[in-house]
Amino acid sequence: MTVALARIRPKRVLPGFALSLGTTLLYVSVIILIPIIALMISGAGIGWDRFVRIVTSTRTLDALRVTVTAAAIATVINAFYGLLMAWVLTRYEFRGRALLDAMMDIPFALPTAVAGLALTSLFASTGWFGGPLEAAGIQVVYALPGIIIAMTFTSVPFVVRAVQPVLEDLDPALEEAAKTLGATPWQTFSKVILPAILPAWLGGCTVSMARSMGEFGAVVFIAGNLPGKTEIASLLAFIRLQEYDYRGASVIALILLVFALLLLLVSNLFQIRAARYREGGK
Amino acid sequence: MTVMTAQEQVAAGRHAAMAGERRTARVLIALALVTTAFLILAPLVYIFWRAFAEGTSGYWAAITTPETLHAIWLTVIVTVVVVPVNVAFGIAVAWAIARFRFPGRGLLMTIVEIPFSISPIIAGISYLLLYGRQGFLGPFLREHDITILFALPGIILVTLFVTAPFVAREVLPLMLAKGSEQEEAAVTLGARGWQVFRYVTLPGIRWALLYGAVLCAARAVGEFGGVSVVSGRVAGQTNTLPLQIELLYNEMSTSVAAFAAASTLTMIAIVALIAKTLLDSRSGHG
Amino acid sequence: MSLISSLRTAAAVAVLAAAPALAQDKILNVSYDIGRELFEALNPVFAKTWKETSGRDVTVDQSHGGSSAQARAILEGLNADVVTFNQETDIDVLVDGGLVDADWRNAFPNGASPYYSLPAFVVREGNPKGIKDWSDLVRDDVQPVFANPRTSGNARYTYLAAYAFALEANGGDEAKATEFVKKLLSNVPVFDTGARASSQTFAERNIGDVLITFEAETAGIVAQYPGLERVTPATSLFAAFPVALVRENAEKNGTVEVATAYLNWLYTPEAQRVLAAKNFRVTDKDVAAEVAAQFPEVKLLTVDVLGGWAEIKAKHFDEGGILDQVFEN
Repeated sequence: MTVALARIRPKRVLPGFALSLGTTLLYVSVIILIPIIALMISGAGIGWDRFVRIVTSTRTLDALRVTVTAAAIATVINAFYGLLMAWVLTRYEFRGRALLDAMMDIPFALPTAVAGLALTSLFASTGWFGGPLEAAGIQVVYALPGIIIAMTFTSVPFVVRAVQPVLEDLDPALEEAAKTLGATPWQTFSKVILPAILPAWLGGCTVSMARSMGEFGAVVFIAGNLPGKTEIASLLAFIRLQEYDYRGASVIALILLVFALLLLLVSNLFQIRAARYREGGK
Repeated sequence: MTVMTAQEQVAAGRHAAMAGERRTARVLIALALVTTAFLILAPLVYIFWRAFAEGTSGYWAAITTPETLHAIWLTVIVTVVVVPVNVAFGIAVAWAIARFRFPGRGLLMTIVEIPFSISPIIAGISYLLLYGRQGFLGPFLREHDITILFALPGIILVTLFVTAPFVAREVLPLMLAKGSEQEEAAVTLGARGWQVFRYVTLPGIRWALLYGAVLCAARAVGEFGGVSVVSGRVAGQTNTLPLQIELLYNEMSTSVAAFAAASTLTMIAIVALIAKTLLDSRSGHG
Repeated sequence: MSLISSLRTAAAVAVLAAAPALAQDKILNVSYDIGRELFEALNPVFAKTWKETSGRDVTVDQSHGGSSAQARAILEGLNADVVTFNQETDIDVLVDGGLVDADWRNAFPNGASPYYSLPAFVVREGNPKGIKDWSDLVRDDVQPVFANPRTSGNARYTYLAAYAFALEANGGDEAKATEFVKKLLSNVPVFDTGARASSQTFAERNIGDVLITFEAETAGIVAQYPGLERVTPATSLFAAFPVALVRENAEKNGTVEVATAYLNWLYTPEAQRVLAAKNFRVTDKDVAAEVAAQFPEVKLLTVDVLGGWAEIKAKHFDEGGILDQVFEN
């Protein structure tokens, strides 16, 4: 290590390489990497057969299916809601715009347990929304819609905050040109604006999906924990822990980790493309 | 009877288009307001509505029980430790990645982001497998009588994990965008390392730093999943505010206590948001 | 370097936070989910008695959660001096971990169980579905509510009580008993992880027709939610509430004396009256006679009809056991 650093050092003008990188590596190792490696060793230590058996058990597969389904629907909702909000916040001037903008960050700032508590009570039959919905025959709490609402709420900011800066940077001359050439508003949007924001939009959606899949605090209040119907993967991992089933817990945790890393990778690819687009546009 | 000239036709068309655009704008704004009111505002208002269901005195009595006060205190301690550590870490990461090129730079960026996208429950389980009495370091810790889990150190460690990327995420892009010419110039003029950081780098990133610290604090205060695995839930000892909310929610009494405790966290969140909005305008953040 | 100085600050804060506690006796009682109100009532009374007999102050800290999860936390290092659980198997886990003496059942009277309860029912106002006994719970028009038997000791008693009832009703036919609990579990709309959350689901959020939980809990619910009614089935299962000293921790903490005194005190008339006031059935004969009117007659089966805890664990709760077969699908 020291040898490697010494070899590179002469090229640098700025000081503090060893200090900053050393601190970073130490911290990343102690706080992030070593615990995750412990998880991987524990998950891998059970042997391939058992690993496969746990992964392919009905309960695990059901939990993953529920998690992916709910997260996907929540992400689609957020894709459109986020696009709408980003558009409205960057394109129109109206009273309360700044407040609306600030409110987009509430799901980030609000602890997930508080969000879970509020949403569960709100949609319970005694709450503001639950009463009318129940009268209409729609069950939200302890059913899939409840999980979707909790996931949607906690990942609202991702799409909005990804698309907003790109829309702001977009050269108005392009749209003007399209209009002058006789494009309808819809054509302008789909042919000029959409391609520009697409990488950022999809990137935001990917992070939103990752966050939804990992969400625990808000979902655990509202889900109802019914195996096969409303049991999400992170909850199943938690239940396995409570049952002393460490292997089961770490295997499920590992699967979620792999999903998260894949989504993170995809989102980074989108981010690179988005950055390239912005730089090219300038 | 008049016939429209071509120019007039174009003007009328543009006029109609503008009217159409205004209509679209109104519809979209209305749609945005209504959906946001239902999705985001309603839960927020509902917390206070329930917290004050028995008036201010009921509210005050609910949040001043010794256990809730202790939970608030514990949450404050955790936040006060976690935020400075992660600010220091954020600076170190940003300095290393933005100012130097080295193999594995991209990988390091991805690793730093891991806590952001994995379930906090996984973080909790990982720490349990490492520091638990039956974990990899369990025998060593027992031998030396070091307590990590089910005590303050465990809660702090898991919170550090969960909030690790927040400052780095804010500072790193800014330092990358700013480039290192000024710092290099300072070095050429004979400034020492800390002087460069103090007088050249810091003024440029301080708002982003503060912004990251605010986000980090908001997240640290509210951490639930990971802490619930390693806390042990000893009321008045290791119960953080979010865990206390869950406990109160499960109590055989009116839910005022749970919502009152939740409202304190909500107020912290709102203060963090106001701070963030102010910082936004200063740092020119998107 | 600020990282290290921050960690140092953290350590200093931790020490400061722990310091005032050293001036007096202090024990941690790790307990089951719904025991919080009970021990909140018991602990101050014990503190007073302990002050009178030993001249020392004592603080009893409480931690509550699903008792299996609590046992797991102790195995991983939660520094419990005593456990007050509702399931012997959860204490046996601690014996396997070397934390509790193997003969803990003989360390205190009555198999180390100072009080007991039984699974009983709570129904909606006027009992619209006419729920009287276990056989009503498997009707197609009845939705029972109780916690996840994998994570809640309370729910495991419910499961075992139903199984024991069906076994008796069918002359010991295990296949029929298994079918019975399978039908019962399939009727449950929500499995919360803890018994208290189930009570909330039933009472606060109006889900289900009948809540099955410990008799002591049913009384609390009915007191809190007017309109709900208690129903005690004719047959139920004796649910012991075993206690144990967590010797390894207590020795390390120097609390063996006060922790043992705490558990012994639970058997005194003073403590037994508090227990009875919280609707637990008590073992002290005099106190039991005083409060007899409070508790309906029930035919109580014991876990022995199911072969005792060792067999129950192997047959029902281990991987691939009956619970797995009826709950997973």
